Amino acid sequence: MLAFVVRRFFSMAITFILISIISFIIIQLPPGDVVSNFVRQQEAVSGTSLPAETAEMLRQRYGYGEPIYMQYLKWVAGFPSGNFGISVVYGDAEVADLIGRRIGLTLLLVGSTLVFSWALAIPFGIYAATHKNQLTDYLLSGFSFIGISVPDFLLAIIYLFIVVFVLKADYAGGLFSPQYMDAPWSWERFLDLLAHLPAPLIILGLGGMAGTFRIMRANLLDVLDQQFIEAARAKGLSERVVIYKHAARIAINPLISRLGLQLPILLSGAVIISIVLDLPTLGPPFLRALRDQDSFLAGTILLMLATMLLVGNFLADILLAWSDPRIQYD
Amino acid sequence: MIEQTGDKPFPKKSEGGLSRWFRRRSQTSDEITEDEFQFLTVRQLMWRKFARNRMAVASGVVLILLYIITIFAGFFAPYNAATARSAYSFGPPQTIRFYDEETGQFFLRPFVYRMKGERNMQTFQLEYQEDRSIRDHLHLFVRGDSYRLFGLIESDLHLFGTVDEGSQIYLLGADQRGRDLFSRILYGGQVSLSVGIIGVLITVALGSTIGTLSGYLGGTFDNVVQRLIETLRSFPQLPMWMALSAAIPPQWPPEWVYAGIVVVLAFINWTGLAREVRGLVLSLRQRDFIAAAEAAGASTPRIVRKHMIPNMASHIIVTATLAIPGTILGESALSFLGIGVRPPMVSWGLLLNEAIRIQVIALHPWTLYPGLFILITVIAYNFLGDGLRDMVDPFSR
Repeated sequence: MLAFVVRRFFSMAITFILISIISFIIIQLPPGDVVSNFVRQQEAVSGTSLPAETAEMLRQRYGYGEPIYMQYLKWVAGFPSGNFGISVVYGDAEVADLIGRRIGLTLLLVGSTLVFSWALAIPFGIYAATHKNQLTDYLLSGFSFIGISVPDFLLAIIYLFIVVFVLKADYAGGLFSPQYMDAPWSWERFLDLLAHLPAPLIILGLGGMAGTFRIMRANLLDVLDQQFIEAARAKGLSERVVIYKHAARIAINPLISRLGLQLPILLSGAVIISIVLDLPTLGPPFLRALRDQDSFLAGTILLMLATMLLVGNFLADILLAWSDPRIQYD
Repeated sequence: MIEQTGDKPFPKKSEGGLSRWFRRRSQTSDEITEDEFQFLTVRQLMWRKFARNRMAVASGVVLILLYIITIFAGFFAPYNAATARSAYSFGPPQTIRFYDEETGQFFLRPFVYRMKGERNMQTFQLEYQEDRSIRDHLHLFVRGDSYRLFGLIESDLHLFGTVDEGSQIYLLGADQRGRDLFSRILYGGQVSLSVGIIGVLITVALGSTIGTLSGYLGGTFDNVVQRLIETLRSFPQLPMWMALSAAIPPQWPPEWVYAGIVVVLAFINWTGLAREVRGLVLSLRQRDFIAAAEAAGASTPRIVRKHMIPNMASHIIVTATLAIPGTILGESALSFLGIGVRPPMVSWGLLLNEAIRIQVIALHPWTLYPGLFILITVIAYNFLGDGLRDMVDPFSR
């Protein structure tokens, strides 16, 4: 087991290096260089031109004019000290400062969506499987079709429509009320966040929830057909014990391998619904950075999203190996 | 990396079954009997299996209709995509009527009331009212805006429209510049629906070639390709698409941008198919008939062409069909975010882009109609792909 974890970890590290190379290449594809953009933007903001030495220093720092691999190495060299480059669109802010908080909120959104969707999907799955071919089963299954097919950004727009048009509410978007937007963390701010979280959670979680529900239902139906269930019933165990202690436990196991499939979809979804609903996650600055060719910011966010996925898959693999003793670690 | 012992030879199809629910209810009447099962050819069995899945058949019909009306958008749409009537900015959909509300008179020929706009002096918005004194009757096969079918045949014939001076027919309302949303949706479908097909064709070409080579050659090539696929797949799909699509130069003409978007969408998708095809090739290589072909002296290209591809075709077709809705959604999402196709091209996502501002949704909810078309298309493709998946495995019951 330990050897498996270590090997998996090294494989992850290699993939991380490859990911950073690809992020860098993709972001450097458009013409133009960041430092010139940065200098121009600073001039537009302050009205005075940046000292020539500063621009020259920045060029040197990020390897402008040098071969592309040197530029890449200079970018990567800043990583350990938390330096991911400069941002053009957000004034002279450092990329790291900009995205630090947003990474946390992205993780919070994705993580809580995952917990929320599983917490609902598994009980519903068990219920539907044990009430097979009854009206409630049909209703749940029919509802899960819609959940699978409706794309999340459309759901976010529909949500906006309902809030504004049907409920006539004064919607401002975001994860915080205006007064808590830039406030430091406090108990009130946390409660405010909790109050704003349900809508994005449902929008983001519906698709995955429907999928998990269907698999849980099918898995449990498969397990319920097996002989050990019949044996458990023959022993005279109560139906509750048979379902929850014997059948459901086994039916949940394969779901863990689904984590790896669900994470990229959730991350993609988080990006786009954050843009629609204006949530302070990595989504909105990513789109802005891409539009304005803010290379370092866009590249870093792409890298961060991929890294989240990488670490998530790593954890899911370990969880899977730990939970299922039949898995061989080679 | 992780291998499960005691694996079944084929993955269990518990996940797919999108339409299992509907099928279960329609199963009783036309179950394939044991006799038929014995005597029907594989092709007949496959067809029956598909026809039995009602939702898949219905979805197929819906999709064919959608493709026909968008291919002939010029004919089915009453106006061109660019025809603007600024006096009807954000005008609401017009209701088709048979009874005159004023006189109660019945007309066999449907009509709409003329719309008149007035500026609300409190909100400064243009507000429209039906002018019930003027009826504009609809006619079939009217002459109107000229268009080119397939970019070749010039025509000005439209399926329906109004003929009176100053009349108009806006079935689904108008956008900000007073362009007919219904016409724009039909023209937008040309982009949105074709992106799925063309994108998936590229995906299939790339994915099956690379997958076959990787499975057949093995060795270093296989290792490099697998590593590449793994790296590409460690990016979440949408952000990767966004980054690639933002790299398309803004000065390109719209047609090039369209081609660029298609390539971008296919660029990630091929990895999944390549993996599956590689797996199939590896398992086919173990089979006796391949060994027999090799022993008979068949060349590698011949084995791949004559023995492997026919055996993988059905699998590839199903995977491709199931990849189409994702590609369509990808284009819609990119255009919706403003980094996909660019005006004057129209696509469903681009049309939704207008609706994203809250004021627009609140005051002009009909701007959401393009979303309905996206939804119908995606659901129909999901059902169709599901029916096809069952169809290619005609012996399971």
